[in-house]
Amino acid sequence: MNILVTDQGFSPLTHAAYGVIKTFAADTDPATITAEVFTADLIRIEFASFADGRGFTLARLLRLRGFRGALHAYGHVISDQYAMARRSGFDAVEITDTLAARQPQQDWLARANWQAHDYQSRLGKSA
Amino acid sequence: MSRKTIFKVITANHLTLGDVIYLDPWGAWVRDLRSAQVFDTAERAQSRLDLAHNQTDVAVGVYLADVHFIDGEIQPAHFREAFRATGPSNYHHGKQELAEHV
Amino acid sequence: MYKYSDFDTEFVRERNSQFRAQVARRISGALSEDEFKPLRLMNGVYLQLHAYMLRVAIPYGTLNSDQMAMLAHIAERWDKGYGHFTTRQNIQFNWPNLSDIPDILDTLASEEMHAIQTSGNTIRNVTADHFAGAAADEVADPRPYAEWIRQWSTDHPEFQFLPRKFKIAVTGSDNDRAVIRAHDIGLQLVEQAGKLGMRVIIGGGLGRTPMIGKVLDDFVPIPDLLAYLESVVSVWNLIGRRDNKYKARIKITVHEHGLDDIRARVTERFNQLQHQYQDTALAQLDQIKSHFTPPQYRSGSVAGFDRDYRANPVFQSWVDTNTVAHKNPDYAIVTISLKAHGHTPGDATAAQMRVIADLAQTFAHDEIRISHEQNVILPHVHKSDLFALWSALKPAGLAIANIGLISDIIACPGMDYCALATARSIPVAQQIAQRFDALELERDIGPIKVKISGCINACGHHHVGHIGILGLDRAGVENYQITLGGDATQNARVGDRTGPGFSADAILPAIERIIDAYLALRIDRNEHFITTYQRVGLAPFQAALYPQERGAHAAE
Repeated sequence: MNILVTDQGFSPLTHAAYGVIKTFAADTDPATITAEVFTADLIRIEFASFADGRGFTLARLLRLRGFRGALHAYGHVISDQYAMARRSGFDAVEITDTLAARQPQQDWLARANWQAHDYQSRLGKSA
Repeated sequence: MSRKTIFKVITANHLTLGDVIYLDPWGAWVRDLRSAQVFDTAERAQSRLDLAHNQTDVAVGVYLADVHFIDGEIQPAHFREAFRATGPSNYHHGKQELAEHV
Repeated sequence: MYKYSDFDTEFVRERNSQFRAQVARRISGALSEDEFKPLRLMNGVYLQLHAYMLRVAIPYGTLNSDQMAMLAHIAERWDKGYGHFTTRQNIQFNWPNLSDIPDILDTLASEEMHAIQTSGNTIRNVTADHFAGAAADEVADPRPYAEWIRQWSTDHPEFQFLPRKFKIAVTGSDNDRAVIRAHDIGLQLVEQAGKLGMRVIIGGGLGRTPMIGKVLDDFVPIPDLLAYLESVVSVWNLIGRRDNKYKARIKITVHEHGLDDIRARVTERFNQLQHQYQDTALAQLDQIKSHFTPPQYRSGSVAGFDRDYRANPVFQSWVDTNTVAHKNPDYAIVTISLKAHGHTPGDATAAQMRVIADLAQTFAHDEIRISHEQNVILPHVHKSDLFALWSALKPAGLAIANIGLISDIIACPGMDYCALATARSIPVAQQIAQRFDALELERDIGPIKVKISGCINACGHHHVGHIGILGLDRAGVENYQITLGGDATQNARVGDRTGPGFSADAILPAIERIIDAYLALRIDRNEHFITTYQRVGLAPFQAALYPQERGAHAAE
């Protein structure tokens, strides 16, 4: 993963910039995530398939349990899922150059307005 | 009762119009089953199938369908393909509707 | 009925513009078909046998005359002049072009309609009792809650890529007209100590492994409902199987883990989510409820109706089958049959849709419903208007007096349209309806629910039909299996398989033998088919279906 996608668009990604990093597959049982993980600086959740929505629930549960560090989705996440990722509690998405070639920055920026048109927040979902 | 030999055709749906299409011997997509390229076996069809799979700008859901010959004409070998080749049985819609206007 | 706020309008506008861009990116190749497919599904776009299909949402089966007229316009402009009403209270158009669909969606949006989440591995249209707001046996109108749940589930960030589809149904009555026990979540509005809450039923579903839902919680207070639903779906999202699409639904998850295990997981998740939504959501619910007020009932004598009822036997016949009592004694709930004998169940032409729209405005307080039985309901008609209504329905072919009878068949589109089907269902429905009409036996046979599915996915709900018919492919030929004694009500039950299936030529005679057996076995006309079946069981019907004489075996 070379590229970090945020609300501002693409920027180069360097994991070295973070301190403690924990990585989980999207099918991780949340009960196995120990308290020690919550002290990490960055948690990365892998989406093996973009059609597998478990990562979004996992992110939400981590936030509900009080994780305040950086939370990234990586793997096969497409630009059309960017708003879902942000609303679920991810700060950013990590993608490869290959994916970026097919899904250029403007596709991702088109979803940067993820706080708008949010039914769940309107109904009182808190972060 | 003799069993008709099964042959293969390459078929799909058209990306924007959604209707049933068949690959013809010149690599073009046609609407009429009778114009489709016929293969003896799935193996013989493979390279054309790969070509068809790559035409994602035109064809969706490419696969091999079974056909056989009746009186020298290609006919679907299964009732599902017969419906794809004509249209629904409750209204005169789909290919059967268009066939009148040829 | 619900009217969009600016938020709803802007949401649909933004959603449609996203989908328009997705279609363009698919055509340009920026999106692969694998990537595009879930995106088009979550906007209601299927690829079927002959064409694309657009499934438009009719939230909890409720629409007004302007919306019905708009559906007629869409049928004429972009389709072949008709639409198909479905077993989930939606409407399907069978012939749109993909490139036209963004325009169709924009046109729908102008009348506060959409096709969002009518397909895909998402939370689908929340269905509701089609007599809601009119039936006397309701605790309260379930539709405001259905609208509330619709909003909560729309574009829910966690739940756009679930293990499989998720279907919710809501009823306000003990008499379950919404088939809640055959849904992933079925909700019944109940009252406890003066407060409203929901009985939550989980894990119902038809399809390859039909199951009747089980009570997960007898009473969830309304303020906790959204957090509770989110807990259920959140738990299932993580543990629902993704390796086998026939084992992915929550009914299988409950079966494999056990109800107590699931309940414990939901409780644990609910403890984390409990404070979500609460006051803000309740304020929104109040706002929604303000749209669901009873119609401005009018008073007026019903003497004219009584006179016409006695004087006109054809009108009387229609009233007897097609109307039921309204909670207001001067009113009636009218069902308009979309089951004309020999026609396709659930289909309406654009002209018929316009007739319905006009009549709804003139006679029915501008309110229309679609039932899961694929008929149109006008829930609020003053009895003194029934004769004029019926007279206006007749020339449009909409006054068939067969509701609840053997020709009031539920049938999925089947292999005439559906890419998933293994056999046709529509011709079987047509044959049965025409046969018993010709025999003039329908009224004598009385109430009976025949349901036909063209594959194991059971979109025709055959498992819960009194007579269920399942169309399969047996050695390259259409073959129909029969189930008996299913029930879609609060006495929900999966039907019993009778035995070997019947060919397309043999299925109608087989149904006739079942009906002959019923007529011979029943105590009298007052014992309806399902009651007779419950009394005598499967054996006498099997004997009728599969005669012992050599050579007379009808099964292929």
